[in-house]
Order: sequence, then C-alpha cells, then structure tokens
Amino acid sequence: MRIRVMEIGVGAFLLAGMVALLMLALNVSGLNLERKNTYKVYARFENIGGLTERSKVTMSGVLIGQVSDIRLDQDALQALVEMEIHEEVDFLSIDSSASILTAGLLGEKYIGVVVGAEEEYLQDGDFFEDTQSALVLEDLIGKFLFNEVSE
Amino acid sequence: MDSFEDVIIDIQNLSFARGERAIYNNVDIQVPRGKITAIMGPSGTGKTTLLKLIGGQLKPDQGSILVAGKDIPRLGRRELFDMRARMGMLFQSGALFTDISVYENVAFPLRVHTDLSEEMIRDVVLMKLHAVGLRGARDLMPSELSGGMARRVALARAIALDPEIVMYDEPFAGQDPIAMGVLVNLIRRLNRALGHTSIIVSHDIQETLGIADYIYLISDAEVIARGTPEEIANTSSQKVRQFIDGLPDGPVPFHFPAGDYQSELLQDS
Amino acid sequence: MLDLVARLGHKGLKKLEAFGSAGVILMQALVARPQPFTMLPLVVKQIHFVGVLSLIIIVVSGLFIGMVLGLQGYTILVDYGSEQAVGQMVALSLVRELAPVVTALLFAGRAGSALTAEIGLMKATEQLSSLEMIGVDPLRRIIAPRFWAGFICLPVLATIFSLVGIMGGALVGIDWLGIYEGSFWSNMQNSVDFREDILNGLIKAVVFGFVVTWIAVFQGYDCVPTSEGISDATTKTVVYSSLSVLALDFVLTALMFGDL
Repeated sequence: MRIRVMEIGVGAFLLAGMVALLMLALNVSGLNLERKNTYKVYARFENIGGLTERSKVTMSGVLIGQVSDIRLDQDALQALVEMEIHEEVDFLSIDSSASILTAGLLGEKYIGVVVGAEEEYLQDGDFFEDTQSALVLEDLIGKFLFNEVSE
Repeated sequence: MDSFEDVIIDIQNLSFARGERAIYNNVDIQVPRGKITAIMGPSGTGKTTLLKLIGGQLKPDQGSILVAGKDIPRLGRRELFDMRARMGMLFQSGALFTDISVYENVAFPLRVHTDLSEEMIRDVVLMKLHAVGLRGARDLMPSELSGGMARRVALARAIALDPEIVMYDEPFAGQDPIAMGVLVNLIRRLNRALGHTSIIVSHDIQETLGIADYIYLISDAEVIARGTPEEIANTSSQKVRQFIDGLPDGPVPFHFPAGDYQSELLQDS
Repeated sequence: MLDLVARLGHKGLKKLEAFGSAGVILMQALVARPQPFTMLPLVVKQIHFVGVLSLIIIVVSGLFIGMVLGLQGYTILVDYGSEQAVGQMVALSLVRELAPVVTALLFAGRAGSALTAEIGLMKATEQLSSLEMIGVDPLRRIIAPRFWAGFICLPVLATIFSLVGIMGGALVGIDWLGIYEGSFWSNMQNSVDFREDILNGLIKAVVFGFVVTWIAVFQGYDCVPTSEGISDATTKTVVYSSLSVLALDFVLTALMFGDL
C-alpha cells in the first residue's frame, strides 16, 4: 500500500509538471497550438526602426500574421521584410499599403496593413508596393526643431 | 605445518600495504572446506581487509588468492560477480539496506541472482528467517531491530543463496551475552546443517575458541600461530599467550612508540 | 615561494583527479548496461524523495518571489506610467532566470544535501560494500536511480515554480494593486515567447539538475565514511552546487540571450 501511495504521488507530480508547462505555454507565452496555414508576402522599407522577427502584422488592429524574416535587400539597399499572413486573409489588394507603427509612445513596433481599392489580390511571394517606414523619434524632433528655426 | 585434505581457499604469498604500512607481508593461509576457520588478532591488524581481499573488493599488491580454484584478483568483473554469488558475507554493522524491510533484505540476493517466482522467493526467505529465528519480524524495517536481531537478519541474507563460503566480520563485537550466545549457536548450527565453509574474523577469544575448527593468529602483518583451538590454547609463544590471556603488556607493548617520557615532559613546548 | 607553487599545483592536480573520478563514476552509473525493468521502480522511489517532497518548499518560495517581483516592479514602473508591464517583467524574470536558478539552489539545499548524506551513510554502514559482495554494482543500484530522479525532477520543479510565481505576481498586481487584468496578461503574452523564453528556461533547469545531482551523488560516494566526513561532504554539496549553478547560469544566459 505504501508503494501505491508513492507511485500515485510521483505520477501526480509529473502530471503537475506537464500541466504547469502547458499553462505557461498557453497563458503566459500565448502560444497558439494550432499552426495556421500562411502565405508569404514581402515589403521593402527605408527604415524598420526596431521591428523584429515575430512582430505582429495587423489590419485595423486585428492580428493577421507575423514578421518571419528581416534582411537587407542588397539591390535596393533597403530592408526586406518577409511576413507570414494567415491563409484566410486572402483579400489584400495589390495596392494595399504596409506601414511600421508603434504601439503607444514607447511600445513595440508592428506592421499595419491598409487595404487598397484594386480587384486583384496579393498572392504568395508578392510585394507590397506602398510602404511607410517607421517613425524615428529623432528625425521627428529634428524636423520640428528645423521648422521652429525657419519660422 | 599441517595441511588439509580439501582446501577451498588457498592464499599464497599475499602482500598488501595501505600507504606505507604493510597490512600483510608474504602470508599463506589455507581454509579447509566445510569447517569453521577463525582469523584472530589484535584490532587494526587488517582482519577485515583479508575478507575484502577474498571477496575481491580489494586487490593485493602481490600473491594469489585461490577460491575454489579461481584466482580472485585476476578474475574479470563478470566472473567476480558470479563468484561473489557463491560467497556470503556478514558485515560488522550488519549492513542491512535501511530503505527496505527485513523480508526484502533477505529476498534481495535471490532477486538479483535467480529467476525464482515470487512464491519460491517467499518460501526461501521464510525458511532462512526461520533458521535465524526471526520469521515473525519479516515486516519490520531494519531501523526497528536491535543490534543482535539486525545481525541475525544479515546472517539470513548472507545464507540466502546457500553459498559455499560464509564470511563473518566480527560477528560478536558489541553484543550482549545473550545475543552473543545466540550468534555462536547459530553459526555453529548453520555450518553443520548447511555444510558451507565458515570464516570468522574476530578478537573475542572465548567464543571463537569455542566454535572454530582451526585458528590463524595474525599480528604485525604475519601469521604468528596456526592450529586447532587446543594447540593455540596450549602454545608457549609469548606473543600468542599475551593475546589469549589478555595481558595488558608484553611483546605487544602497552605504549604506542614514542620518545623518552621524561625528556618529553621536561622539554619546552 | 616555490613551496607555495608546488602546493598549489598539488591542490590543482587533486581537484583534477576528483573531477576525473566523478566523471568516471557518472559514466559507469549511466552508460553501462541499462536495465529499465529493475531500474524504473527505483527511479520512481527516488523521484518521490527528491521531487514530490521538495514540492512544498518550491511552491511556497515561488509564490513569495512572484509576489515580491510584482510589488517591486509596480513601485518602479508606476513612476513611468507603465504599470501594465508588471506582468511582462514578472514573467520574463521568472521564466528565464529566477525559476531555474532559485529552484536549483533550493534543490541543492533540500534534496542534494539529503542525497549526499544518504549515500555517505550507506557507505559508512557498509551497505555499499555489502551490495558489492552480493554481486550488485552499487553505482548502478544506488547512484544511477538517484541521478536520474534529480535529472527529471528539477525541470518539473522549475516549471511549477514559474507558474506559481506568475500567479503570485498576478495576485499582487491585479487583485491588490489594481492593474487592469487584460493589459497585464496581454503584455505578458506579447513579450514571452515559448521557444525563446520558456524552453530556454527549461534547458537551464535540465542542465542545473544534471550538475546538482552529479555533485550530490559524487560527494556522497566519495566521502570519508565517518561522521565528520559525511557532514563535510554535505556542506561541499551545497557550496559546490550553488556556485556551479550561478556560474553556469551566466554562461547559459550569455549563450541563449546574450548574442555572444
């Protein structure tokens, strides 16, 4: 009987460990277990200003994908950002624009997509033609000061 | 020097040193089959070491230890473990496994070395425990036993596999007279009944003289006397007499080697 | 002077030798002839001793450390008006650092020292010798199950520590200090990554489990079988494993998060 109690204890202990790991994964890291099918689109930016891999891609504030890769495009001398967009979001017209935005004043960077008017939609491997780089605070302050001086 | 008809353990030219100190220096010991042989000597002469050498837990610097024709120090790991299944050893402290019950302690060697079914193991364990008179204590934990009982359980464990050789390391040390009597009786009875060879390492003279068939007396890394209990008891050698009669001073000096007493006292520190 | 150098060299060699024999013991205990059927019940028993019985101390300290983190984080972050980042701070510091390290330190004190003392006492009472005489390798019978148990338990304990700590942080942050619940959790979920943070923390715990148990069983197996010897070995277990955990934590952090 003592042996049985011990074995049940050990089983419960290991189970508790696994449940704890699962809760950490789901509640703390917000891991999504169902892997959504995605397609890839690209965008070139003058300046990504702190955008990182796994940053969110949103449309009207709704999550539609994430940044999967960032590298330097050697021909265009611009940052090339690869995004994985959820499959069911298949209505991004080819003249949609992608801009790098900031959540709050000092928050994280993410990409916001605004849909255009064309009938044709972006396919796997297409590029956003219309992009807007990250706002860099220093540039902004510089412009502001310049305007003040010139007045 | 008399020789035996049937020698089970034959130790020749054994030398063993621990650091600088020689424990054995060219020692020859023969143990006859089926008898009780006692190894005696003052504390610190490495009697336990001898048992460990026979069991293959230590390797001698020189010499051979033939047990049933096999040279222990030259055996491979596998053969040595098989050989140990044919030996039982009763440790000075009993050395019961403190985390399992008396029953499981006795069953342990059976589970390791045999494929017996659970009922068979149960029968053997109960038989062995009955032989030492502790069948009723099978569900106790070792911490609940008295010293003498623990030693008897350890004895049951040592004979669980019906070994050819049973080695006893100081079986009488620290026992009250009743427990000691029980143990003496048990050792003798088991030896007669099971027909194994017993080796007893001890410095309890009366008990050992009482049950041993043959005695080796060891001192200063050498065998200083050997013979039957009568021969030992009647020997005239001063060293042997001092040990047998328990004299405080003699060839084995009372004082540990030291400088001159008076000069050391007068000396400034 | 020369004497000093010689003594230093001698000491170094001795340490190296001890390290070598610890490695040999580990190899012999783990590599040679695995016997899963005789081994499993022994491992279960040891998990009970080193894992299940350490659970209470782990849960209690996890809870308090999470609560302290929540409180401290709040008092600092509220100055910058970003108190909703408390969740992120509590979760990251627990998952990445505090859970593996504090669990390993507590484990060394609670279970490591007990392992050392137990094995040392077995040596002193001739139980290890007696196993050998029965024809069982004590390394496989005594050392290996204890080693595996420690190895398995520490990551489990560290995970539980993390979770309880985060719940403690949430309790203080949300219920007592009134941080808005939604932003507390979403901030946390946005910043904690499963692979990067949680799995890396778990890897740390696995490494610490390996090191702490290794030190504990080696100190026990190698100790001088007297009362002083055992108490000495127990102290050494706690000191050595704490130091190794802290030093290794730096190395692992540098490798995982430091871009070195």
